[in-house]
Amino acid sequence: MGPLTIITFLPLVGAAVIALLPKESIKAVRWTALGTTAIVLLITLSLYPQFSPGLIGINDPASFQFVEKADWIPSLGVSYYVGVDGLSFPMILLTALLCFLCIPASYGIVKSVKGYFAMFLLLETGMMGAFVSLDFFLFYFFWEIMLLPMYFLIGIWGGPRRVYAAIKFFLYTLVGSVLMLIAILAFYFNVTDPATGQHTFNMLTMMNQENHSGILLINSVRSLLWFALFIGFAIKVPVFPFHTWLPDAHVEAPTAISVILAGVLLKMGTYGLLRISYPILPDLTRNFAWFLAMMGAINIIYGAFCAMAQKDLKKLVAYSSISHMGFVLLGMSALTSAGMNGAVMQMFNHGTITAMLFLLVGVIYDRAHHREINGFGGLANVMPRYLGITAVAFFASMGLPGLSGFISESMVFIGAFPVWRTLTIISILGIILTAAYLLWTLQRVFFGATNPKYEGIADINSRELFTLIPLAVIVIYLGVWPHPVMELMNTSMTYLGNLVSGSGL
Amino acid sequence: MKPTLEMYLILSAVLFTIGVTGVLTRRNALIIFMSVELMLNAANLTLVAYSRFLPDISGQIFVFFVMAVAAAEVAVGLAIIVAIFRQKESVDIDKVNLMKW
Amino acid sequence: MLGLALYILLAPLVAFTIVIFFGRKLPRGGDFISLFAIWSGLAASLYLFFTQMLGHYDPAFALSYRFDWVTWGTYKLNIGIAIDNMSMMMLVVVTLVSSLVHLFSVGYMKGDPKYHRFFSFLSFFSFSMIGLVLADNLLIIYAFWELVGLSSYLLIGFWHEKDSASNAAKKAFVTNRVGDAGMLIGMLICFTALGTLNLVELKDGVAQGHLAGGLLTAAGILLFMGAVGKSAQFPLHVWLPDAMEGPTPVSALIHAATMVAAGVYLVARLFPILTPDASLVIAYVGGFTAIFAATIAVAQNDIKRVLAYSTVSQLGYMVMALGTGAFTAGFFHLVTHAMFKACLFLGSGSIIFAMHHVLHNIHSHDDAQDMRNMGGLKKYMPVTFWTFLIATTALAGVPFTSGFLSKDAILGGTLAFAMEHPKHWLLPAFGFAAAGLTAFYMFRLVYLTFYGTFRKGSEAESHLHESPRVMTVPLIVLASLSIFFFYAAPAFNPTTPAGGWFATLFPTPENVTLASGRYVSPASSRLGDEAVEPTAEHASGTEALHSAHLEHLAHNWAMLISILVAGLGIWIATLAYYKWKIDPEKWRLRFGVAYRGMYNKWWCDEVYKATAINGTLGLSKGLAWFDGAILDGIVNGSATVTRLFSTVQGWFDNKVVDGLVNLTAMVVGFWAHFVRSFQTGQVQRYLLYTLAGVGIVIILVVI
Repeated sequence: MGPLTIITFLPLVGAAVIALLPKESIKAVRWTALGTTAIVLLITLSLYPQFSPGLIGINDPASFQFVEKADWIPSLGVSYYVGVDGLSFPMILLTALLCFLCIPASYGIVKSVKGYFAMFLLLETGMMGAFVSLDFFLFYFFWEIMLLPMYFLIGIWGGPRRVYAAIKFFLYTLVGSVLMLIAILAFYFNVTDPATGQHTFNMLTMMNQENHSGILLINSVRSLLWFALFIGFAIKVPVFPFHTWLPDAHVEAPTAISVILAGVLLKMGTYGLLRISYPILPDLTRNFAWFLAMMGAINIIYGAFCAMAQKDLKKLVAYSSISHMGFVLLGMSALTSAGMNGAVMQMFNHGTITAMLFLLVGVIYDRAHHREINGFGGLANVMPRYLGITAVAFFASMGLPGLSGFISESMVFIGAFPVWRTLTIISILGIILTAAYLLWTLQRVFFGATNPKYEGIADINSRELFTLIPLAVIVIYLGVWPHPVMELMNTSMTYLGNLVSGSGL
Repeated sequence: MKPTLEMYLILSAVLFTIGVTGVLTRRNALIIFMSVELMLNAANLTLVAYSRFLPDISGQIFVFFVMAVAAAEVAVGLAIIVAIFRQKESVDIDKVNLMKW
Repeated sequence: MLGLALYILLAPLVAFTIVIFFGRKLPRGGDFISLFAIWSGLAASLYLFFTQMLGHYDPAFALSYRFDWVTWGTYKLNIGIAIDNMSMMMLVVVTLVSSLVHLFSVGYMKGDPKYHRFFSFLSFFSFSMIGLVLADNLLIIYAFWELVGLSSYLLIGFWHEKDSASNAAKKAFVTNRVGDAGMLIGMLICFTALGTLNLVELKDGVAQGHLAGGLLTAAGILLFMGAVGKSAQFPLHVWLPDAMEGPTPVSALIHAATMVAAGVYLVARLFPILTPDASLVIAYVGGFTAIFAATIAVAQNDIKRVLAYSTVSQLGYMVMALGTGAFTAGFFHLVTHAMFKACLFLGSGSIIFAMHHVLHNIHSHDDAQDMRNMGGLKKYMPVTFWTFLIATTALAGVPFTSGFLSKDAILGGTLAFAMEHPKHWLLPAFGFAAAGLTAFYMFRLVYLTFYGTFRKGSEAESHLHESPRVMTVPLIVLASLSIFFFYAAPAFNPTTPAGGWFATLFPTPENVTLASGRYVSPASSRLGDEAVEPTAEHASGTEALHSAHLEHLAHNWAMLISILVAGLGIWIATLAYYKWKIDPEKWRLRFGVAYRGMYNKWWCDEVYKATAINGTLGLSKGLAWFDGAILDGIVNGSATVTRLFSTVQGWFDNKVVDGLVNLTAMVVGFWAHFVRSFQTGQVQRYLLYTLAGVGIVIILVVI
């Protein structure tokens, strides 16, 4: 049993253990959850030195790493096929890290603690599984596993409008999944494995254009399938106009769930595009790259403007997430090496930065029980440490050099500018807006005279710092020396860019 | 005049129709049951008629099966009606409509 | 060399890290760590300066070190450190001013509850600025550019309990970002065309013609936009006056001497690749800013505002110089201006420090920075006074000061440019006009502050005293550096920097924008009498002789005019604020002074002065109002409009786009409601349906 299987299913085992624990022993539940995620994180980190950055992956079965392949439902062509390459490895690192850090962040949950952590671990299984799957059926399986715990986590442990937000999230994402299912089936029935002559769900076989037959050879059908997949993934990214679930889901979800939602789940959308749409339908991706770029630019500007209008701090961060995911789309659409690398780097960086932002919102919400930006004021005088770490997160979010956001944003611009000049210029103007709303928010919350309501407020405590410091360290470290994460994705993403743009291969 | 096959069939059809009408329109559960019995008997008549006019005895054998089934069905059905009656003090089937929206 | 450069760069960063985390627990707030870091950096910079720069005495001296940083595909992005004359000069300027400001702050910020944090931010700023001047490629310059902006934000908003301060900090950062966005686009154009952002490689790439014509001009102008933001040129100058909300040492360090000079430094670094069109735009922006800001400075009453607008104006000078090709002059002015402007700001800091003390003691809430509350400080603060005066004369361009050399060089360069290209006469016009105004308002400042009687009463006056030595020593150092002496070695010519080490080591770089024909930098950019060997493409000998002659002519004329103009300015100021022969108050109220001059024995001068002062005051008031109400109003208004627009967007998103989603749910609900009605619970009804269905099937089968 290989490491990937362990990191995928260990949380499930953990969930089962938690389910068996008596519901009064909250401490045991928390420790189990913490221990499980810690072990997953350690195993994932131990894979890091063993990962060879020079191997391509993407559509070459021989160069995937830590591969495990076993027959699951042979009559249907479904196999248990997992492996990682430069695209997915940073993602599983991110997932493992954020899941681990979210456990202490969830210590504020008081009702049905058992259920919460069990659901959370189930969610982790789904996320890990989706990132490592190389069989489409398996991928869909894990994708759907993610939905249910999310629904409960938001719907039970969330804020006042949690039921509305949970249902909206669930149904919206499910529509996307259905579209993806249509595409899956279309691929399945029109791809034959040359070795067995049967239909197969193996993603890598599907990527080989020679295996395509039947309706997959008709261009209009391929276009429809590309759009079906795009919409399915676009809902998760989220791309304007499919983004309206995000603000509600984020605002109503408990802090740790918002972190996971923004930090990992949003990446699923772009990951899906890169893993599935790009290599299986490269010609169409090439044709529609302009569309991706345009949506990216719209996301960036629209997200920034909406963020500026918000009065709820968490909603502001939610819209800023929409804005930052726009950068990923812009980079991806360029198909240049810089753009592709920048996009995946931005996925990783945004995961860490936005995780920090949501954790920070959680800190103040736990104390003030509201998130009205104008309801604060002058917190800098009473919460200096909180200000310090919030400043790091805010400046990282606006792409200040020395912090990781700058690297990925710059690479996206460098990659996208030669290809989409006007759209990139428009996106660059977005950085002005980002700075404006973030600094304005910083000012309204922290500067000026201290709001008399909060004069005795407690500064950030060590549990909260424990969840934030690792992220801050990563953000600063990668801002100065991005190599450790960049080298993971370089080969794969350059190859993918060349594959889709049709150059050099 | 000797009865022809068609006459039997017509009779059977008429009986059957009367039975169907009864099932669909009557409210009293017992009357519905009687109508069902009428339908079954109409079917029996058809079977016997064919058996008589064709050189095949299996029709009449089959009638025995039908009768047995009918008897069993009546037993069960009446038991259900009794149970319902005990619950509702009425055998009006319009009142047995809990499984609606 | 590399080790030394790295030490200079990283020592302040280490100081920042230590002081910000542990400063509170250290004795004296850990200021000695910051002080040590920057003073040792200064020592190292001076070492480099004397051994490498003056030691080699070679204009083309350059060392560069590169490290691989980010890789993608097969491409590598480097971080590099460039140690050449320009960066060493900037290192000295930055570390010197920073060291003196650190020292000054020990006195100025004493007793502030966030004392240690101030020093940590000063260290962080020093790190960022040093990084900026050592960087050898545009991306790293941009990185440190933003970090310098961050430092400015932190320091302007240092007293964040004051709304005005945090507003100013935000305004500064966001206004700079606007410029930065333009700069980023310019960088991307360069990178896309040339595959590199390294300054040397950029120059080679342009020389080979890989980036030319309109695109190169666009790149140049866009990169200049960064400078427009950072160096507060029109129209992005609005943040600098507001930035005076920060503590005065911050104003001295960042908003006078170093950070705002970064824009000029960038233009200087980019000089070889600026096309004639881009240069022209740059020159006009600079020239206009120079005159524009100067007119405003005249009407200000807050001492720091006067100095702030003065800075904007002087930066305009530097930018104009670079635009007209007077590279050496522009860069020289950057260095000299850093010294005397820092001296002026620190001097004003000393004054404000004293005024705070005074006003505190008489329990007044008056503005310590308002010159109308001052007067006669000369007797109580002699060191401050003398250093301030020397720095003022330097700024005003009085002979024998460093400022005279540099400003005169700029004016000469601009004049020569206009002589070669007569349709650009406006540029030297701007220059000279601004010079005159500068002299005027600076001396007005000096007179209002130091001369006359103290305007807050004699009880307050008794509390006035000179600032502590930690504050006056930097003033003395900077004032001494405002004298021509140090810059003119070994020629010691007080009328021109030519022959001095500075002019020799910083000749105008070759401009390689081949696109629109070779851009001939005006001969006047080679300062003074040095006959510079014209390049091969610089045509025949007669033209060379002509250029040299022109340059000489321009220089002499410029010197003459600038002395005249500065003298005029000082003279008017003296008359208005020292001799009080002209009542500025009345001039603000009344416009006509027709009769007064007639019975006055200086009536012709009187009329002249009357119209000059009248015009100046009226114009400056009008422009000050324009700047505050209209221009700044547009800036604030655009913020409101953006917020309004985003509110509308937010509403749209909430009601319309989200509404569609809810509508879908509603439609499904209605349909479901309709279909439900078939479930009646009546078995007979179901049987009927069944029968009907069977009937239909039979019919279909039969038919």
